Amino acid sequence: MQRTISFTLNGKPTRVTGDDEHTLLWVLRYELGLTGTKFGCGEALCGACTVVVDREAVRSCATRMKDVAGKSVLTIEGLAEAGQLHRIQQAFLKHNAFQCGYCTSGMIMSAYALLEKTPQPTMADILRHMDDNLCRCGSHPRIVEAIQEAAGSRERAR
Amino acid sequence: MKDKQQGWENEFLEVQADGIDRREFLTLTGSGLFLFFWVGPLEAIQEPARLPARPGYPSDFNAYMKIGPDGRVTCLVGKVELGQGSMTALPMLLAEELDVALETVDIVMGDTDLCPWDMGTFGSLSIRQFGPVLRGAGAEARAVLLQMAAEHLGVPVEGLQVKDGVVTSASTGKHVSYAELVQGKRIERHLEKVPLKPVSTFKVHGRSPARRDALAKVTGKAKYAGDIAFPGMLHARVLRSPAHDAVLKQADTSAAEKIAGVKVVRDGDLIAVLHESPDEAEKARALIHAEYERPPTAVDDQSIFEHLLKTAPPPQVLNESGSLADGEKLATTVVEETYLNSYVAHAPMETHSATAVFEKDKLTVWAGTQTPFPVKQQLAQALKLAPENVRVITPYVGGGFGGKSSSRQAVEAARLARLVGKPVQVVWDRSEEFFFDTFRPAAVVKIRAGLGERGAMTFWDFQVFCAGDREAKQFYEIPNQRTASSGGWGGGNPAGLHPFAVGPWRAPSVNTNTFARESHIDILARKAKADPVEFRLRHLADQRMIAVLQAAAKQFGWKPVPAPSGRGVGVACAIYLGTYVATMAEVEVDKATGRVQVKRVVCAQDQGVTVNPEGSRQQMEGSIMMGLGYALSEEVHFRGREVLEHNFDTYELPRFSWLPRIETVLIENQAGPASGCGEPPIVTMGAVVANAIHDATGARLLQLPMTPSRIRTALSGS
Repeated sequence: MQRTISFTLNGKPTRVTGDDEHTLLWVLRYELGLTGTKFGCGEALCGACTVVVDREAVRSCATRMKDVAGKSVLTIEGLAEAGQLHRIQQAFLKHNAFQCGYCTSGMIMSAYALLEKTPQPTMADILRHMDDNLCRCGSHPRIVEAIQEAAGSRERAR
Repeated sequence: MKDKQQGWENEFLEVQADGIDRREFLTLTGSGLFLFFWVGPLEAIQEPARLPARPGYPSDFNAYMKIGPDGRVTCLVGKVELGQGSMTALPMLLAEELDVALETVDIVMGDTDLCPWDMGTFGSLSIRQFGPVLRGAGAEARAVLLQMAAEHLGVPVEGLQVKDGVVTSASTGKHVSYAELVQGKRIERHLEKVPLKPVSTFKVHGRSPARRDALAKVTGKAKYAGDIAFPGMLHARVLRSPAHDAVLKQADTSAAEKIAGVKVVRDGDLIAVLHESPDEAEKARALIHAEYERPPTAVDDQSIFEHLLKTAPPPQVLNESGSLADGEKLATTVVEETYLNSYVAHAPMETHSATAVFEKDKLTVWAGTQTPFPVKQQLAQALKLAPENVRVITPYVGGGFGGKSSSRQAVEAARLARLVGKPVQVVWDRSEEFFFDTFRPAAVVKIRAGLGERGAMTFWDFQVFCAGDREAKQFYEIPNQRTASSGGWGGGNPAGLHPFAVGPWRAPSVNTNTFARESHIDILARKAKADPVEFRLRHLADQRMIAVLQAAAKQFGWKPVPAPSGRGVGVACAIYLGTYVATMAEVEVDKATGRVQVKRVVCAQDQGVTVNPEGSRQQMEGSIMMGLGYALSEEVHFRGREVLEHNFDTYELPRFSWLPRIETVLIENQAGPASGCGEPPIVTMGAVVANAIHDATGARLLQLPMTPSRIRTALSGS
């Protein structure tokens, strides 16, 4: 159905007019110009398109525009505040927790949702929460270290 | 050296031949000639005139660098950043030779209008093979700048010193900067045979500077080919056949055409729908009603191995020493096994993507590719454009692993952009990515080897089918041996050998060859009732291999016990194009389910001089993690020429819950030339896990991947 959807995007009130069955991922990338959120699989199987909707990590490739009406959407572009990287971004930077970088936005947004709900996650919490975010370059050990650092955890990474 | 050269030439040829008609390609290049020998006059700066000093590469050092009036140096390379860190490591080489501060060096990569020709980013060649080229350019430029400085300052060259791009006369104290000498111009003077700096004087090598791509990648600002967008750009979705040999009988696009704003394009074999909205384009593609005719199914993922043995070309003997018959006479135990591995997908997280724009006659394509220059040639061919009217720009690439050596999506985007007269973006969905992938070939290795009375191997007969000959040759000391190879991942396979395209997959050939060799060595060690490490050391004379194996054993805390010890520990060694690797692993096997958890991996590596230790460790960890996939789960299922994998629900990549404790050991070796580090540690992963599973359970897995069901089967037979 053609209509105007109102939602909060990275803290700003946003209105998008179009088919409300359209995919959040494509609208973010090509109508709103936020290309930090990536397409990887189109079926919510890889996590590259992860954004946070009302504090939950969701796969934007499997989210329709009508599903975000009235909600708050946070993407990688909205994470830094006043030019300051978020502590998760800083930790990813410090640990070189990426190679090709294509899964990185999704990884960071998933980690953000985890720490919002579980500020002190155990190693098992991290592995479980991140398990459906795929990384082909094999940056997993560094991603785990980065999340632990962002959480202030001293548990042995591996 | 000759065969290594041959190796990457084959890789290049295969890259070229894919995506364009092979016959056309051969006509294009002539037999045995490569594209880089015929570049047009307008590309003078990219012309390789002074072979063999910089083989294949431009001779003029200006092609590799520009020194700006502000003193900043721009390093220009045809390599691309796939995640391997070349963007960070290559400027280190230039800064080292040129004597400028690393912080003042910028880099432009993979842009065919700005950068010097390059065949592609693969084979761990960026440091090993391109490194000396870039260093040579830097060294020559520095020598020329010193001459210019001597003339400028009126002093002899001999007394000049350079630091951070400033040349100072030791006697007079007078100084002049590179920027002042060059004044933003191209340097017209050249020198022959300027030596490279000796390793002992290196100041930049061995440091681990911050990755140059870090900030862009953690903020989502890093641009990939699919992130390049233009006003009015259309998203294309191309009609795909269900199998590689299916013939289109008819396609009814009338329903698709009813979608508002859609463009339907039919151009020969290319049927596509385009729309400003990807959602609408996808909807339109789903509405095309197409009928195909498929020939009967010939082979599937079960029958493939028999098919390969039957269809493979006659074996080529790669090396032979001593006499197999004599060796067999000396043997008290003979072990013969057949090792199998399935087709494996590259599965980069970024699917093949390209954005194409025509401005008058000039085509620019932003492509996620490992081979921008070959893609430029492909585009010129396919669209019948003069090469100077084609520009390929490679932004960040979301992983390649060999799979983006072939880049047909770039041609699709360009053809469609011309047909619709607007910028066009092609982003393959995951199903297309699996369908068009150039898989690592399924392969068979047969090994027959013998042990003598004193537990020494007396003969080794190794025959590999369809994986390729790279590093097939034995490196253990065995008096009587033969290595033969038949077919491979490169060109020259008989028609119908593989049901779909195969190609280079991270460390091509060597994952297969190492899995077979190191599994067989373990079987022989068990027969000899020897500890697997001790048995290997007994047969090694190569000091570099001995050193990496001992370094791995020390870090791991290896305790010598013959396998199977029940501990679940394993070892595997390999040499990959000059890099030495020894890997040890500890696994836990759930005997009821057949599931394996790899608990710990230790990898020691000697890659010669290390340019960037931190970058090297990232590559090693990545190789280990990625290698768990082909070891345990990754396998392409197919029926005839239909690929049954469509997404990550059936094709399982390694994930966080698999993460072992990973420890990497870099051997200091200032004497060895810098060899590659992005591939070697992956090659041992199949064998090290197989050997650890055997140590845990006594069961020997002879087929990759070692899925739970194969492990259960092996357990029931052990």
